[in-house]
Amino acid sequence: MSGLTSFLSAMGAVIWKDLRAEWRSREIVSAMLVFTLLVIIIFNFALDLQPNIRAGISAGVLWVTLAFAGTLGLNRSMAVEKDRGCLDGLLLAPVDRAAIYLGKALANLVFMLLVALIALPLYGILYNTNLFIPGLLLTVVLGAEGYVAVGTLLASMAVQARTRDILLPILLFPVAVPVVVAAVKATGGFLAGLAWSEIQPWITLLVVYDVIFTSVAFMVFDSIVEE
Amino acid sequence: MSALITVRHLVKRFGAKIVLRQMDFTVETGEFVALLGPNGAGKTTFIRILASLARPSLGEVWISGFRLPQQAAAVRRRLGVVSHQPLLYGDLSALENLQFFGRMYAVPALARRIQEVLELVGLSARQRDLVRTFSRGMQQRLAIGRAILHDPDLLLLDEPHTGLDQDACDMLDTALKQVATRGRTVVMTSHDLARIQDLASRFDVLTAGRIVSSRAAPDLPRDGLLAYYRQTLEQQRSPNGGGL
Repeated sequence: MSGLTSFLSAMGAVIWKDLRAEWRSREIVSAMLVFTLLVIIIFNFALDLQPNIRAGISAGVLWVTLAFAGTLGLNRSMAVEKDRGCLDGLLLAPVDRAAIYLGKALANLVFMLLVALIALPLYGILYNTNLFIPGLLLTVVLGAEGYVAVGTLLASMAVQARTRDILLPILLFPVAVPVVVAAVKATGGFLAGLAWSEIQPWITLLVVYDVIFTSVAFMVFDSIVEE
Repeated sequence: MSALITVRHLVKRFGAKIVLRQMDFTVETGEFVALLGPNGAGKTTFIRILASLARPSLGEVWISGFRLPQQAAAVRRRLGVVSHQPLLYGDLSALENLQFFGRMYAVPALARRIQEVLELVGLSARQRDLVRTFSRGMQQRLAIGRAILHDPDLLLLDEPHTGLDQDACDMLDTALKQVATRGRTVVMTSHDLARIQDLASRFDVLTAGRIVSSRAAPDLPRDGLLAYYRQTLEQQRSPNGGGL
């Protein structure tokens, strides 16, 4: 098997395994979804949003919710690997470990987008906002990609520690600030109906962040998971 | 016979703590080596280094002519690992677990190979059941199946009897004997001397981070492993033993 075929096959196997296991247990997505819905409802009652500030506040609420829910999912996704020694089983495979990282990251991205897909309509109804704007959906995909790219890497580091549940947010949130800020600004821009030229710098920042952090994680994953 | 594993002057440190001290170790192809030693002797650390899951701090480790950690991928292709944890996914069936690991190892004719392995470890009838519904003994037998799925030259077993009842241990030993009779090289750590005496062809005692004694099975009297092990540890504890 050629190097690329072997890489893609291993990556595909990891994605298949994570999706199949999640389909059976529904542990990760259900926890993320319940958390997301609760936060959206609590913010809806806590904030009395005036139409002139709604776009900015709604975007912030949306991304804080997705970021916190994403952290829950990332923690659980790596804990499943660690609890039964499965991470060692993965690392023993004679494949490029970057394929394991990409497989885990893509599975995490699917979970996060699935939660967003279910949460967005409810969010739109409760906040009286139309969220089905192509640019906004692109922002959700780019923001989620950046978040899971760095989150999967840091989760694989945090899972080695006894305090992994609290360690991941402490490691992740400072590093994820650029992606969350850019995603909030771009989402707010789309909700407020701003011109593309005003939103484009934030979308560009998201793309650059995604490329840089996916590449860095791709290169350093092997060193992070090795003792 | 030729050396499958060659370890020279291996040192492993965790911070200031030295776990393995200038350790030398050689295993010939086809040998079944039992690594004995008290808790904290460094057995698990040593197995993890052989498995390429941990890096040596100093020294050389060669397996099948490939050096660790530089040629780790080539080594991983040639070894299977069973530890006291099953390294299996509870929310996948036995069949799905083997399908997943088979894809990771690019096992040719995977469907046929999986059925062979399930037959060997006696789990064909339960192949579609989720692993989390298995008893500990069944999980360990499936773990052996996972470890030999890609037909490795070398099996590393780290206390595989831990947590198993007598029946499960018997079934595990039967599976191990079948694996060993197929010419595979095995390195196994264990505290269960009665069981391991019937399995291994050589017994090495590891204490305080190095191999202090080695004895071939034919050189031991029947049921003499416990006495040999105790005597070796006593010698190390004595003022002139030099080990501890």
